[in-house]
Amino acid sequence: MSCDAPTHCFIRIIEISLPFCRFFLQIEEEEGGDSFDIHISVSDPEKVGDGMNAYMAYKVTTKTSVALFRQRDFSVKRRFSDFLGLHSKLASKYLHIGYIVPPAPEKSIVGMTKVKVGKEDQSSNEFVERRRSALERYLMRTVKHPILLKDPDVLQFLESSELPRAVNTQALSSAGILRMVNKAAEAVNKMTIKMNESDAWFEEKQQHFENLDAQLRKLHASVECLVCHRKELSVNTAQFAKSAAMLGNSEDHTALSRALSQLAEVEEKIDQLHQDQANADFYLFSELLGDYVRLISAVKGVFDQRMKTWQKWQDSQMLLQKKREAEAKLQFTNKPDKLQQTKDEIKELEGRVQQGERDFEQISKTIRKEVSRFEKDRVKDFKMSIVKYLESLVQTQQQLIKYWEAFLPEAKAIS
Amino acid sequence: MSSFDENNKERLRSVSVDLNNDASLLIDIPDALCERDKVKFTVHTKTTLSSFQKPEFSVPRQHEDFIWLHDTLVETEDYAGLIIPPAPPKPDFESPREKMHKLGEGEATMTKEEYTKMKQELEAEYLAVFKKTVQVHEVFLQRLSSHPVLSKDRNFQIFLEYDQDLSVRRKNAKEMFGGFFKNMVKSADEVLIAGVKEVDDFFEQEKTFLLDYFSKIKEATAKAEKMTRSHKNIADDYIRLSATLNSLSAEESTNYYIIKFCLKLFQNFLRVCLKKVEGRVASDEELKLTELLRYYMRDIQAAKDLLYRRARALADYENSNKALDKARLKGKDVSQAEEHQKRCLQKFDTLSESGKKELTNFKARRVVAFRKNLVEMAELEVKHAKNNMTLLQGCIELLSGN
Repeated sequence: MSCDAPTHCFIRIIEISLPFCRFFLQIEEEEGGDSFDIHISVSDPEKVGDGMNAYMAYKVTTKTSVALFRQRDFSVKRRFSDFLGLHSKLASKYLHIGYIVPPAPEKSIVGMTKVKVGKEDQSSNEFVERRRSALERYLMRTVKHPILLKDPDVLQFLESSELPRAVNTQALSSAGILRMVNKAAEAVNKMTIKMNESDAWFEEKQQHFENLDAQLRKLHASVECLVCHRKELSVNTAQFAKSAAMLGNSEDHTALSRALSQLAEVEEKIDQLHQDQANADFYLFSELLGDYVRLISAVKGVFDQRMKTWQKWQDSQMLLQKKREAEAKLQFTNKPDKLQQTKDEIKELEGRVQQGERDFEQISKTIRKEVSRFEKDRVKDFKMSIVKYLESLVQTQQQLIKYWEAFLPEAKAIS
Repeated sequence: MSSFDENNKERLRSVSVDLNNDASLLIDIPDALCERDKVKFTVHTKTTLSSFQKPEFSVPRQHEDFIWLHDTLVETEDYAGLIIPPAPPKPDFESPREKMHKLGEGEATMTKEEYTKMKQELEAEYLAVFKKTVQVHEVFLQRLSSHPVLSKDRNFQIFLEYDQDLSVRRKNAKEMFGGFFKNMVKSADEVLIAGVKEVDDFFEQEKTFLLDYFSKIKEATAKAEKMTRSHKNIADDYIRLSATLNSLSAEESTNYYIIKFCLKLFQNFLRVCLKKVEGRVASDEELKLTELLRYYMRDIQAAKDLLYRRARALADYENSNKALDKARLKGKDVSQAEEHQKRCLQKFDTLSESGKKELTNFKARRVVAFRKNLVEMAELEVKHAKNNMTLLQGCIELLSGN
């Protein structure tokens, strides 16, 4: 079933008045040959070198049955700038023709400097883990794209043991790409002729992504707040546990003293639960939202590229018009060379105009496909993450039950 | 503006203290009114004692009246050997008031749904503070009614029975006692307590124990308060999250019905279950643990006050001895000095005797209260976690399409 006809599938769904769970099955069936088998993991961060020239090397392992690859299970070592290099190559090849290229993770000078300087503390470990996870998600999103998967740069990135170092990564960082995208947006805003949008679909979708962007940013901020408070709760629980232990020591009634010490132990274990939950809040929820905020910027960029393409086509058309006028004028003068030159230029421009129109139609077609694919993936992604998050919450509750049920007899033993 | 629900009173009543179920004098606060910041409590008494004019009656009282009662008891010489139940703290609506202020400021930026939700939360918090303050005032009176000596106090009876405004009496008391006398008698001087040479093993032990225990319980109370505040913050976060998710799910176009439903389910779940349960966990935990610690911190302060009064009595006795020796040396006013010394000794002995009884009872009472509350807290935690888990698992099943 072609992805170009989303309305078809959904009319069918609405007709069927089954419980909601069936909707998910429906979407799954529709996909058909969309499933492919490739899994990438980024692991074993290793510091290479010393001082300010040091960097982190990550092991990138690919497990796949896709025929494009020479092997089924292989790994390579890559550093952060390699990922940025890959993204910049893909962006330069595919963005302007309407493909949504997943953005690479953000650069972080502060985080990286700490690591380089050799600070082996919790915050630099957290930074490395955060980056590792982000790189993994980045690669998985990239290879999930059917076109990007086949790109030789991607294959080289995953397979070859040696990779030429990406130069000038500052321009290639995701912030750099964002700047490039923003420049395109600015150019669009400055367009003297406003594009006459004959296709309502594009207008609708653009508005939708604008709104989505605003909502996701807000949601992201809320979740970051939650993570912060959960970490605070963990700290406060640990402190309370200590004070309860001291109170237990001070207590002169034996059974009560023991119960208070047990309470302190329970609270200590619960503190660990809070920490684990904060991690889940962060990785399953907060980072997901952050990824999508960046992804939607890429989507918006693609729409802007379409406008640019349209503008180029219009410019060629305007130029052609001018040349035709010039030709008409030259008809009345006795300048055969100039006339011929103009006729040649017109021929060239006619070709350009045709190409411009073709490009515009192609990018429009590509964007429709891309948006449909993107939305579908987004649904799957969100659903999976939500389920995982809920499961993490279940896990926490189970542990809480265990701890408090173990404490209860101790409390009852006070007499 | 807001009044107190009869049903909720039952659940709250027996939080911190084991109550005496002596039917001869039963006191409760069945109703209370909140006007701006002033709370008016309805104190209801049921009694079989002949010392009261009627078998059942109610009077309106303010927080200041409770403080007056507490202070007059403390300043009564005869009760120097007793642990006077700690005065209930002033009703503190600071936190919900702050929230209301924030809500008012942020009204323009919030959606209607968010605003309604936050308003509901605010009302719930107001109610929680309200219930708490009613409870501590009630417990104060019940401690008095269950004490063999204090329950017979004349001022206590006036407090319960006098159907006029007590503010006149309050003013008189202030004039009579004056501020500085209060400070002298009420607050325990740790230096004096620690410095006194103790002859009695029992009191020596109690002194060491109480001084140390007080600092530990004060610390534990502070940390417990921080912990419950964090829980409340998280509950608030979940409310905000669910409001944002609501807006997000509204945005998702009807083409992608799936994700809209998915988000709506998630959001409903967050709103109904987690917020309620997290919020409830925060307030139950607060009631049981934090209030328990807070209450006994104040109670131990009262016990320390008793030790202080006894230490002063001992100091007075030692001074009277010295005065007697001096008088004997000089040969002047010997009989006076002898009288004084005898009185001081008597006072000291009375204090020691009743003090010992009070402190022993106090320990027993404390152990029972801790047991009760710790057990109830653990049972509630288990119950809430189980509820939470059931809801979560139901949600997961729906989402996974099973």
